Amino acid sequence: MNEHANSTSANTSGVTTVVNVGLASCGIAAGAQKVYDTFKTALEGLAVELTFSGCMGMCYNEPLVEVRSLNGGRYIYGKVQPEQVARIVHEHIQGGTPIMDWVVYSDRIKTPDADFIDKQQRIILKHCGVVNPENIDSYLSVGGYKAIEKALKSMTPEQVIEEISRSGLRGRGGAGFPTGTKWSFARKSPGREKYVICNADEGDPGAFMDRSVLESNPHSVLEGMLIAGYAMGAENGYIYIRAEYPLAIKRLKIAIAQALEKGYLGSHILDSNFSFNIMIREGAGAFVCGEETALIASVEGKRGMPRIRPPFPAQSGVWGKPTSINNVETFANVPWIILNGGDSFSRFGTENSKGTKVFALAGSIARGGLVEVPMGITINEIVYDVGGGLSSGRKLKAVQTGGPSGGCIPASLADTQVDYDSLKKIGAIMGSGGMLIMDDSTCMVDVAKFFLKFTKSESCGKCTFCRVGTKQLLKILERITNGEGRDGDIELLEELGQKISAGALCGLGQTVPNPVLTTIKYFRHEYEAHIFDKACPAKKCKALISYQVLADACKGCGRCSRECPTGAITGEKKMPFTINQEMCARCGLCISVCKFNAITVTTGKERGEVKGV
Amino acid sequence: MSNPDSLKFSAENFDAIDQIVNKYNSDKGAAIMILQQVQATYGYIGQSMLERISQLTGIPTSELFSIVTFYSQFRLEPLGENFIQVCHGTACHLAGAERISEAVQHVTEAKPGHTSPDGKFTLEHVACLGCCSHGPIMTLNNETFARMTPEKVKKMLKQKVEDKGFVEQSQSQSRLTEGRELSE
Ligand SMILES: Cc1cc2nc3c(=O)[nH]c(=O)nc-3n(C[C@H](O)[C@H](O)[C@H](O)COP(=O)(O)O)c2cc1C
Ligand code: SF4
Ligand code: SF4
Ligand code: SF4
Ligand code: FES
Ligand code: FES
Repeated sequence: MNEHANSTSANTSGVTTVVNVGLASCGIAAGAQKVYDTFKTALEGLAVELTFSGCMGMCYNEPLVEVRSLNGGRYIYGKVQPEQVARIVHEHIQGGTPIMDWVVYSDRIKTPDADFIDKQQRIILKHCGVVNPENIDSYLSVGGYKAIEKALKSMTPEQVIEEISRSGLRGRGGAGFPTGTKWSFARKSPGREKYVICNADEGDPGAFMDRSVLESNPHSVLEGMLIAGYAMGAENGYIYIRAEYPLAIKRLKIAIAQALEKGYLGSHILDSNFSFNIMIREGAGAFVCGEETALIASVEGKRGMPRIRPPFPAQSGVWGKPTSINNVETFANVPWIILNGGDSFSRFGTENSKGTKVFALAGSIARGGLVEVPMGITINEIVYDVGGGLSSGRKLKAVQTGGPSGGCIPASLADTQVDYDSLKKIGAIMGSGGMLIMDDSTCMVDVAKFFLKFTKSESCGKCTFCRVGTKQLLKILERITNGEGRDGDIELLEELGQKISAGALCGLGQTVPNPVLTTIKYFRHEYEAHIFDKACPAKKCKALISYQVLADACKGCGRCSRECPTGAITGEKKMPFTINQEMCARCGLCISVCKFNAITVTTGKERGEVKGV
Repeated sequence: MSNPDSLKFSAENFDAIDQIVNKYNSDKGAAIMILQQVQATYGYIGQSMLERISQLTGIPTSELFSIVTFYSQFRLEPLGENFIQVCHGTACHLAGAERISEAVQHVTEAKPGHTSPDGKFTLEHVACLGCCSHGPIMTLNNETFARMTPEKVKKMLKQKVEDKGFVEQSQSQSRLTEGRELSE
């Protein structure tokens, strides 16, 4: 992709139309690279600039293509297939008439999807999906590196910290620690050698804010790190990024090389006395390495085991030197704050949660993607106004935030404000920005089990309570979902959960019980149904459900029988088929292939009756 | 790097290891980086490779081994001809990742974290590839596939089961290899 890196420079040569294809990794998974290549051929010889960007936010409409004319507005086409390219070129680019049936967003007219963008407040994402992430000039053309210039030329390090403190910015990695305070600790720590670390481990499995920012606007994160380095007196930075994000790593490397070349990294930046270098460290697949002391051990090339604090990283971090660790999104906020002032930033948000927050909306949501909203917005507003409601047409059941450390918020509390304190009050957390929308087909016991399975295998094993306790919790959850739950199991889960929290050294163990405790708190009846009625109300837990052919509806076509991987379905053509319950692996394939809705799932009492037949 | 022959002779041919260690050993705390590069080159990390790295770096084999077993990225078995990752992140779990994984296991006979007996498939479970709105997500030899269904799995893999698999071998060194190659 490097070869296109300079394409924005064509701006100067009389080009009036720009075609911009969203090439973040999710877009590529949806087929955007093929679309880009098709445009490349189709636009040959035309005075049109073809470029690419990262994430435009509307994942649900990928592949996304934006056509921007200097005088004709912005039009974003959604779900673009290579076959549609010729018509877009012909009618819109050459003919001047946008194909409105395919346009999902425009600054000229209001599309049905317009609320998705218009209800957001974009600070961090402002240039995501706009700039070319592999071209520093593109970032410079939107005011890039102006913030570090301002800091170096007109602010002392203390003033930078003061500005960040005034903004009220709190860490976006989960804990919400005030960023200005963290920097000033590191600044005040004695010693000349200090480090800035960017935490790009993005451990929450189901979240992609940091990936998107890094793939879409890597320079904004580098600039944030530079400003942090200047503020605390550090000359070196590390970016610790998970290896599962190869495209983000690639774009970061390109960005670092270009910044070095242009003198925004390296020694005597912008002819000042400030020098700064950034190195990349790839994670190796351990969730606990998102925890700061474990991360430091991993940067040092060791096993990523957390250690007791104090000393805090600000006193003794990587190589025993004062170190300040911040999340990707935290850094991405910094240039904006320096340029626009802390007061402008603190105008967004609530009393104790300033600014905006980026969320990765996924699950049963109509408009899944990346959204940035002001703090204080309610969950309902995110789900319905921005997200367009549920994709399945089913009812909202719960919203999960904070991943394995977070909690499930029931639909009845969806009018809760999204800010650090309100979420904490109801047992959930802000987290790093994963937001999963669950409809009523989701089994909450299964969700708790899913997270426990994850955290159990990710516990580093140092503390007994975390190591043994997570195993124990998982065992109980497994027996409940297997139909072997006992009276008293719910209380046991609660008690064990509290003990693990109290006896754990690091945040992983301390928050491990959250998914269990919040699902018990808000969905206790579901646990009870599993334990006492041997029923899974959502019909998810395999041990508690049966697949059955509805004799009245079955046409005897035999399709299910051919597809069934275990040979559990038999019957004679044109007669109702039957499922052998002993052989059935409950994979659900038969339901998805039956064209006559003749297969049903039963649980609990209902199921007993079926089995009895 | 992507020459299939280099895979075949990997156990005896340590030239690449020597080069990697030379390149990174001057960095402080390079052990993980060296191991990552070795795996990117050979597809896995074998006992003899650990010993070679230990000789060159002076880091005890036992310490290297404890790193390799701590981090789930490292593979101690050679990679099959086709490399499959099924995402088991939260979004994909809710979207039915379990069924995708079952379908893969059914067709390939590879167990999660292992290679199939015929050496054709390696199946890995991963936690989130960052494409959560398109789940369930699966990758096959570097390419990411969105909105998978058991039917799609069957169709995609049936073909590979019947394939001789030589073409795929060169591509099967995982996306990590690609990430590095492209960026250096
Ligand atoms: C188990 C565990 C995993 C974590 N994973 C991440 C992560 O993936 N990304 C992140 O930014 N912070 C993560 N954190 C929080 C970090 O330890 C740290 O608080 C954060 O990076 C500080 O940055 P901030 O102040 O900008 O939020 C994790 C914490 C724990 C206990
Ligand atoms: S709480 Fe768990 S993950 Fe954290 S240090 Fe203890 S054992 Fe390791
Ligand atoms: S659920 Fe799966 S195993 Fe059971 S009958 Fe249907 S297709 Fe066969
Ligand atoms: S696919 Fe449906 S209609 Fe056909 S035999 Fe099976 S249950 Fe009956
Ligand atoms: S458009 Fe997919 S992550 Fe943004
Ligand atoms: S949960 Fe599968 S890609 Fe994120």
